Amino acid sequence: MEKILLKNIDNPNSAGINEYIKAGGYQGLSKALGLQPKDVLEEVKKSGLRGRGGAGFPVGMKWSFALADPKFPKYLICNADEGEPGTFKDRPILEKNPHLLIEGMVISGYTLGSEYGYIYLRGEYPLAKDILNRAINEAREKNYLGDNILGKGIKFHLVVYQGAGAYICGEETALIESIEGKKGQPRNKPPFPVNSGAWALPTIVNNVETLSNVPYIVTIGGEAYSKIGSKDCPGPKLFSVSGCVEKPGVYELPMGTSLKDIIFRHAGGIKGGKKLKAVIPGGISTPVLPADGIDCAMDFVAMPKAGSMLGSGAVIVMDESVCMVRVTYRALKFFEHESCGKCVPCREGTDWLRKILERIENGKGRDGDIELLSDVAANIAGKTFCPLGDGAAGVINGMLKHFRNEFEEHIKNAECIFS
Amino acid sequence: MFNETVLKEIDEIRVKYPDRKSALLPSLYIAQREFGWLSQEALLCVAKTLNLPETEVRGAASFYSMYRHKPAGRNLIQLCTNVSCMVLGAERLADFISRKYGVQPGGTSQDGRFSLVIMECIGACGTAPAMLVNTDFHDSLTEKRIEEILEKYK
Repeated sequence: MEKILLKNIDNPNSAGINEYIKAGGYQGLSKALGLQPKDVLEEVKKSGLRGRGGAGFPVGMKWSFALADPKFPKYLICNADEGEPGTFKDRPILEKNPHLLIEGMVISGYTLGSEYGYIYLRGEYPLAKDILNRAINEAREKNYLGDNILGKGIKFHLVVYQGAGAYICGEETALIESIEGKKGQPRNKPPFPVNSGAWALPTIVNNVETLSNVPYIVTIGGEAYSKIGSKDCPGPKLFSVSGCVEKPGVYELPMGTSLKDIIFRHAGGIKGGKKLKAVIPGGISTPVLPADGIDCAMDFVAMPKAGSMLGSGAVIVMDESVCMVRVTYRALKFFEHESCGKCVPCREGTDWLRKILERIENGKGRDGDIELLSDVAANIAGKTFCPLGDGAAGVINGMLKHFRNEFEEHIKNAECIFS
Repeated sequence: MFNETVLKEIDEIRVKYPDRKSALLPSLYIAQREFGWLSQEALLCVAKTLNLPETEVRGAASFYSMYRHKPAGRNLIQLCTNVSCMVLGAERLADFISRKYGVQPGGTSQDGRFSLVIMECIGACGTAPAMLVNTDFHDSLTEKRIEEILEKYK
């Protein structure tokens, strides 16, 4: 497949505006500004593009909701708080192809009648911050940003806002709280951000990868775009592959590529010729799949049927030497640390789960601990403000479903059988 | 109080947002740069400059993990041990750094050269195990590579 999102990134100067223009960049913007905003919206709707942050919500629909709200100004926020463990797909766009994102944001802003855009960038990406700021200045000098874009009197301004190390700010309402200068704790919904988001005004929050698809959709048209990848979720998808594989990295492949092919054809199979044991297919918050459960299409519709989720498309591969109790324990340490503390089931539940897992892993597990894990997970799932708690519960349920024997053996033998 | 240059820097940030409160997180970064950590004095400076209640400033500062609430060493090592790094040996590397440089996670070495923080994913999973030293990414880590890398940070 021709590369769309990672086009040109092997060129060492790919982040510069001249290289970007030379490779056909900003043509999508020129074309979009020749159309009416409602026509651009129509193309995005026709494309079938779904949000790439994890939820997979149809982008055209989200935009329509924001447009239907009569309040102005409207804000466009790019979610660049890439924090889901295992995910590093937005980083190459931010560091090597920043103008693709900027072009996508200007087109989106024009479509949405928004004149102010913000890029909420995670604090742990200091290099990306400098590169984005440089790219924004370049775009302003060439009139792709500013008060009179391409001489057409269209206005769009872009600011990079640096997060400060809170995973929860990847959740859009927590992100909005954070950009308003508060603790990043999720809001109750409704109202949804499209009606009452940043500074109580209509706000559209889209992921880096989502917005970076927009120039291509405008260039080739929604209809043609919808033919790429899965019928239900079209387009190219960036997969971050990490863990025990020969060739870890970010792979741009059609949405719906099989998980098995991603690991064995593209990422070179299991490192050192070892045996595959398990795969976390969409970032740490998605349920684990066993080695014989990876013959599935990686998209938003097929993955739930296979017992997991597409999430951010972050494939974490584990070989036969990896202890699943230790992985679960480490995952829960993460959820405990990142729980924002706003609601009790998540704050207390993740702490409980971590403590139980810690003692099982350290050979101090008790009879009934496995049932207790299930019980605590059941008391978190569906009872929290945001999906962080559901993620933690899903991890426990997935691990117990496929690797219950390892937990039982840890408790029976009173030690970790892998250490 | 902050000096004139810093005040001007904060002013320039304020005008980028519809509400002055949005300058809080960026101002906390600036205060941390100026004071080395977010001391009581640093938090007060931010509160006064932005005309915000001190409790709000402290509330935000304590929520986010990249703000430091005690003095840090000259160099900050942020090592990821989340699953992608863990399955490739990151936990052993954390022990190695602790032993070799006398710095515990969350602490600072006695000579003040290094502080160590265990991170939750720094987005370098494709070249795991990985760490940030100050603002520099280092990846594909082994004990030997860590020794070579840290040699450069005095």
